[in-house]
Amino acid sequence: MQVSITVNGQQRTDEVEPRLLLAHYLRDVRGLRATNVGCDTTSCGACTVIVDGLTVKSCTVLAAQADGGQVTTLEGLTGPDGELHPVQAAFRAEHGLQCGFCTPGMVMAAIGVLADNPDPSDREVREGLEGNLCRCTGYHNIVRAVLAAARSGPAAGRVPQTQEVEA
Amino acid sequence: MIPAPFEYVRVRSVDEAVAALTEHGEEAKLLAGGHSLLPIMKLRLAVPSVLVDISGIRELSYVRVEGDEVAVGAGTRHSELERSEVARTEVPLLPHTAGRVGDPQVRHRGTLGGTVAHSDPASDLPTALLALGGTVVVQGPGGRREVPVTGFWTGFFETALAPDEVVVEVRVPRTGGAGWGYEKFTRRENDWPIVAAAAVQGRVALANMGGSVVRATATEEALARGASIAEAAALADEGTSPTADMHADQEYRRHLARLLTRRALEKAAA
Ligand code: FES
Ligand code: FES
Repeated sequence: MQVSITVNGQQRTDEVEPRLLLAHYLRDVRGLRATNVGCDTTSCGACTVIVDGLTVKSCTVLAAQADGGQVTTLEGLTGPDGELHPVQAAFRAEHGLQCGFCTPGMVMAAIGVLADNPDPSDREVREGLEGNLCRCTGYHNIVRAVLAAARSGPAAGRVPQTQEVEA
Repeated sequence: MIPAPFEYVRVRSVDEAVAALTEHGEEAKLLAGGHSLLPIMKLRLAVPSVLVDISGIRELSYVRVEGDEVAVGAGTRHSELERSEVARTEVPLLPHTAGRVGDPQVRHRGTLGGTVAHSDPASDLPTALLALGGTVVVQGPGGRREVPVTGFWTGFFETALAPDEVVVEVRVPRTGGAGWGYEKFTRRENDWPIVAAAAVQGRVALANMGGSVVRATATEEALARGASIAEAAALADEGTSPTADMHADQEYRRHLARLLTRRALEKAAA
């Protein structure tokens, strides 16, 4: 079947098998490898991307279900001049990553949390990230990074591509 | 893990969905949020040859008051139900329970109709619905019919739904300011409940205490007789048949059912 999906502002039409998962579409068809597959069972959140403004676990969504939609991956967060998204910058400043495997999913999930609630408490950040696991268990710094991103201003909850590209 | 191959059909209306189910029969499965179906397809526990995607039917997504009831469209996502002002005012147990399902990413995809049709005995929202009472509205080739929630979940992943029927709506009584409680025991916040108890207006339902979600009838009868919460809750596991698994043995589940029922009833009475 054909799917036409806008990823990070770029629309493309591809011939795919209906059973192709969005995570594999992003990695193998679109060549965007920031999105990791950790558990493959909707548990770890490493595969979190934003589809039509909402965070989803792309290991549990078919590419077919994103047909006609807008997807943002970690690659889509960085500005044209390499400028980091406020959440990325906060993860770097606060040491919100160790091995980095969970980080793309954590960053996308954190943007989702901040989009919903620009000024979350420590507890609200933890609850908002309940679907994301860090095997390095660096949760304290991750939460600190999200809180720092929130303090940096409303841009921390913004998804760049869904605003720059017309529907 | 990758699902076995299937044919993918996207439909734009319930009529089209029913037609696709009629055409493909038992080989076909409906796909909504996909958060119950795709995981079991990846494990090859389900191998449908046709997936009928109903997630594009946006008119199945609503929460509105109709007379004494609140009607919730089957396509309503858990995150939408969780935030619905109508639901929070008219039937607060339901949006609260929607907010306890999985994690935010899961709630962005999962739908009420999907969890109702899936009939996992450990699912949150069917437990709340069973305590609330009300009906599941289904549509098939012969039109619509209403099935009371008390007769909808018939067993382990089994429902009163025929293979060519689609869940289109769930209707629950408006409970307004009546007290309610939902108590769920998990090892990690976003897990399925090991046991859960929902209580509202003297009715109590339990998750994971049998092949399907079940009512704690002995507790309800005791409450109706005027028993105290502690006395009534001590009967919560009567007539249930919990299974044992790596999370809990039967006796522990029975203990949890009594404990969570007491807490849910205390919340409802507070
Ligand atoms: S890989 Fe998708 S949730 Fe773990
Ligand atoms: S930084 Fe290693 S898994 Fe989170």
